[in-house]
Amino acid sequence: MKFKLKIWRQKNNQDKGGFKTYDLDGVSSDMSFLEMIDVLNEQLIDKDEDPVHFDHDCREGICGMCSMYINGEPHGPLRGVTTCQLHMRSFSDGETITIEPWRAKAFPVIKDLAVDRSAFDRVIQAGGYISVNTGGTPDANEIPIPKTVADEAFDSATCIGCGACVAACKNASAMLFVSAKISQLSMLPQGQVERDERAEKMVAQMDAEGFGACTNTGACSAECPKGIDLSNIARMNREYLGAKLSSGK
Amino acid sequence: MNLESKIPEGPLSEKWTNHKFNVKLVNPANKRKYDIIVVGTGLAGASAAASLAELGYNVKSFCFQDSPRRAHSIAAQGGINAAKNYQNDGDSVFRLFYDTIKGGDYRSREANVYRLAQVSVNIIDQCVAQGVPFAREYGGLLANRSFGGAQVSRTFYARGQTGQQLLLGAYSALSRQIANGKVELFPRTEMLDLVMVDGKAKGIVARNLVTGKIESHSAHAVVLATGGYGNVFYLSTNAMGSNVTAAWRAHKKGALMANPCYTQIHPTCIPVSGDHQSKLTLMSESLRNDGRVWVPATKELAEKIRKKEIHPNDLSEDERDYYLERKYPAFGNLVPRDVASRNAKYVCDEGRGVNETGKAVYLDFRDAIKRDGEDTIASKYGNLFDMYKQITGENPYAQPMKIYPAVHYTMGGLWVDYNLKTNIDGLYATGESNFSDHGANRLGASALMQGLADGYFVIPYTIGNYLAGEKYEKVDTDHEAFKAAEKEVKDNIDKLLSIKGSKSVDHYHKELGKIMWDYCGMSRTGEGLKKAKELIKDLKVDFWKNVKVLGSNEEFNSSLEKASRVSDFLELGELMVDDALHREESCGGHFREEHQTPEGEAKRNDEDFAYVAAWEYTGPEKPETLHKEQLIFENVKLTQRSYK
Ligand SMILES: Cc1cc2nc3c(=O)[nH]c(=O)nc-3n(C[C@H](O)[C@H](O)[C@H](O)COP(=O)(O)OP(=O)(O)OC[C@H]3O[C@@H](n4cnc5c(N)ncnc54)[C@H](O)[C@@H]3O)c2cc1C
Ligand code: SF4
Ligand code: FES
Repeated sequence: MKFKLKIWRQKNNQDKGGFKTYDLDGVSSDMSFLEMIDVLNEQLIDKDEDPVHFDHDCREGICGMCSMYINGEPHGPLRGVTTCQLHMRSFSDGETITIEPWRAKAFPVIKDLAVDRSAFDRVIQAGGYISVNTGGTPDANEIPIPKTVADEAFDSATCIGCGACVAACKNASAMLFVSAKISQLSMLPQGQVERDERAEKMVAQMDAEGFGACTNTGACSAECPKGIDLSNIARMNREYLGAKLSSGK
Repeated sequence: MNLESKIPEGPLSEKWTNHKFNVKLVNPANKRKYDIIVVGTGLAGASAAASLAELGYNVKSFCFQDSPRRAHSIAAQGGINAAKNYQNDGDSVFRLFYDTIKGGDYRSREANVYRLAQVSVNIIDQCVAQGVPFAREYGGLLANRSFGGAQVSRTFYARGQTGQQLLLGAYSALSRQIANGKVELFPRTEMLDLVMVDGKAKGIVARNLVTGKIESHSAHAVVLATGGYGNVFYLSTNAMGSNVTAAWRAHKKGALMANPCYTQIHPTCIPVSGDHQSKLTLMSESLRNDGRVWVPATKELAEKIRKKEIHPNDLSEDERDYYLERKYPAFGNLVPRDVASRNAKYVCDEGRGVNETGKAVYLDFRDAIKRDGEDTIASKYGNLFDMYKQITGENPYAQPMKIYPAVHYTMGGLWVDYNLKTNIDGLYATGESNFSDHGANRLGASALMQGLADGYFVIPYTIGNYLAGEKYEKVDTDHEAFKAAEKEVKDNIDKLLSIKGSKSVDHYHKELGKIMWDYCGMSRTGEGLKKAKELIKDLKVDFWKNVKVLGSNEEFNSSLEKASRVSDFLELGELMVDDALHREESCGGHFREEHQTPEGEAKRNDEDFAYVAAWEYTGPEKPETLHKEQLIFENVKLTQRSYK
């Protein structure tokens, strides 16, 4: 297969950046999207040109590191997969493919297609945990949890923190990511003690990081590679309101 | 050199309890006077960093990814073992200990393994308290499954994403300590050297991967939790960034490297599809609980399948050879990984492989779907099936999966004593980066257990014993040892950038991988290993003459990162070959063709090789010195492993 690749190149955070176009031939339909970029990079290196920088690690859709905005969609045209799981068989021969980094104020570009997503870590640090120290915990089976509840909490817990939801949203809102964690912990009995405090703190941090507001377009969930459901956002709103009411603020 | 394993006195079952009582303690108020560097944020690193910070120590935590949550542990699928015996099927601490020792082909330390089995039960409690959503039964209690090589159901799991859920648990505990100001986080930062002062580990030199800045960090102790080195084979199931650099640089500063040739080849991976392949994808071996492994009974049938003249579903029962069930009736499809992998190689070598390259066998769910229904199978393995379909374009509900072995895990690693301390004072190694618990072969679902055991429950006790004897004053990063290490790191980077050769880093990595896979992979021969040694030597010389690394140090430079890692893999590869060559026996993942039973099974030589081979670096291009730690077995009888 043959492609015209229009790729965002930006040397560093200060650089303005812009698109560059590359022609790539000899691509196999079995290649993953990142393997296709590998091939391009080998050719660039051969020509003494700086390879395209991008984030990636596991290449099996679970670490959440890969993050390309492909033809106007985070992680490309296929639903329910990350960029590393996208294969070239999802594209047609001769196509022009436009590749950009995540675009969001809270995710500054570091170089080319790699962005800084540490804002997500700081949101988790604000309260995305259950405060237990190591040791001294009760036997695991002393906390029975109905299977349906456990399964639902698990669904929320599968978020990989990739940031596609933010990239997909015209307001660059992080509601889907934040709500997934808040939902997981608020559903579980272990998470009850800090439930109110957690919702308030995580939402406050989310706002402080400069993520936008949610206007319920649903683009986040549609583009989420793990299918995190919009109902998480509704739950988070309830949690947050409940917390505000009970703290009287 | 004296390799003291520091195994505590007393009966096996009381050693750890006694030891915990005997170790020196650091007074709670004094813990904040000690700084600890933890390199790595996988299960082993994140759990250690969080637990140490909870105790009051000041922790600096490092990882090369953009976030600690992305460490390679995130990718583990199948599950984590623990001797809870919730299923009332006869499990116990002793049985888990016994299975691990036996599974490791009697090449691990009894005391370490027993402790691992003991603390395994605490891990599950800890994780549940953190909110890890393990699979549950309808009654609300935790579910278990049995996992490769085990005859009891002791594996806890979270669908096919157990590593993710466990790591997110550890990451949440770490995040809490970052918020508390007890952990300072350094993401996108790579450790490039260990700093020693008066023979003790006192800090590290690291490179900021975004700016290229070389920075020194001083501490009272350093913990390496930097994962395994499977990527020395280029193609493996490890994440792209997984590397040996931290461990290898520590090795060059004097830390011994133990059993480097023990590599685990995982039987159930998606076969290679072409030259462009950048990594291999594991299909969790939990699939072997319900999937049946087979190849066509004859070469001729296999040939027809390869040519797509017939479809696997059309083969009758007697045209199928369920070779694991046939050869190992007691364990069937659940034989340990090394046995399953080798047998896949054998049937493919016989010409019975089932994909175009002839290097694939079937893993078939037809009978399980018939028995339990598609919904049940989907609820157990849904995401794995989806992943398989995504990668191969084939539907495993309708036709058998194709699988082939791939490099997956490295049992070898930095030598540590019972306290997880290397032979260097103040330097500890945990998780996959050490050699400790799995002998020559690791059982499924035991790496997650070991990583969390080390981090949550072992290191918090043992490191205190060392720190209690250390002064509070920290070495200043202006100290000459830091300056010298910084210079060494910079010189090395300058050298890589100045070669300006003609071949890319990936070229060398692929070449090295091919050599390792062909000669130091699933089965090894003396002759092949000698050849590999020469090939690696030549490749190394060529690398330092002709590698092309573009750009500068002062920027985000992925070629430079890779070059530095590959340069270490080249050196490690040679040591792995030396180790494999010297070990004139077959054990676990190390299979020397010269040493096999008449039935083609691994033949150990306990008389001469029941020891840990710990290698000491002696200088560039010099042969390493071998030190032996004799393994003493007082609680198990050494038998030839048999899964018949
Ligand atoms: C696909 C797959 C599936 C698996 N499934 C299972 C399973 O079901 N059950 C099981 O028990 N085991 C499983 N394993 C094995 C298990 O996942 C690993 O052995 C284990 O997670 C390793 O954990 P770790 O903390 O030691 O290292 P890792 O998780 O690899 O973490 C290494 C850390 O070190 C950091 N690091 C490395 N080098 C440097 C450096 N130079 N400077 C700074 N930081 C550095 C990295 O950034 C990372 O944070 C699986 C492995 C794979 C590949
Ligand atoms: S909610 Fe979905 S899109 Fe957003 S970070 Fe999580 S996995 Fe990615
Ligand atoms: S590289 Fe890990 S999710 Fe894509």
